[in-house]
Amino acid sequence: MKVLSSNIYITASCSINDHVVCKNETQLFENKGVSLADFLLSVYHHFGITYPKFYKMDNLSKLGWLASEILLKDSFHEGEYKPGSIGVVLANANSSLDTDMRYYETVKDIPSPALFVYTLPNIVIGEICIRQHFEGENAFFIFDEFDAGFIEQYVSGLINNNILQACVCGWVELLGEHYKTVLFLIENAKKAEGISFTKENLIKIYKPENG
Amino acid sequence: MDKLISDLKIQIIEQLNLQEVKPEDIADDQPLFVEGLGLDSIDALELIVLLQQHYKIKLSNADEGPKVFRSVKTMAEYITAHQSRNV
Repeated sequence: MKVLSSNIYITASCSINDHVVCKNETQLFENKGVSLADFLLSVYHHFGITYPKFYKMDNLSKLGWLASEILLKDSFHEGEYKPGSIGVVLANANSSLDTDMRYYETVKDIPSPALFVYTLPNIVIGEICIRQHFEGENAFFIFDEFDAGFIEQYVSGLINNNILQACVCGWVELLGEHYKTVLFLIENAKKAEGISFTKENLIKIYKPENG
Repeated sequence: MDKLISDLKIQIIEQLNLQEVKPEDIADDQPLFVEGLGLDSIDALELIVLLQQHYKIKLSNADEGPKVFRSVKTMAEYITAHQSRNV
């Protein structure tokens, strides 16, 4: 199927990988030598975010949610689009397995309701949408690895069919201390830093050689 | 009762991961839900777990929930009444 994405742009990106945070491929923060949980907390504090619910999220949601905060800060203005025209499409390899296993441990004693609610990967989408007031189409896919071609095709379809005007999409993977997230802001209007929304550009920013 | 209330505040903060809240921020009579501490339905379930884990109390009647979990003080009163029944 031919993908018509010539009028669709990647207008911002954010990656969190190997304890380094980048926005639009520029490093903003680094905190090596700490656990993932401590690193995520340090990102939260470094960017001066105030959102008490952050502490209640599982690590997968914290990771994706933090990346979306940094992705959208100064790149996206609420009111630019109708809430129903902004969507979120994410993917990863290990679903919510990290939290599933933590929850399983609690079942031996008293099951934790707070952990149970994070035993689905798409909860991270809910956390992003609640924070940003997004009400558009969303989906979470499980792939062995980041599939740039699929993301391009799927998101282009949503935008070309006027289901969405903008979309946060990308990869949010986490299992134990191993993780990588790269999020993209996709819009149907070109902005100063925007580049064409193509599979090649997604791969270039994603940098598959880095985990 | 004061010691129990003080313990409960610490346990609630720990159980619900309220890392930006200090025990002294929670008034004894302050509503825990909606307009007070802003807890939600999942937090309510965690409070039930707290009662079970720390005080071996199982909330058998769900209808009691809103009354028991109205504030730290009502929780302490419920625990005290339950414990004295079991003495």
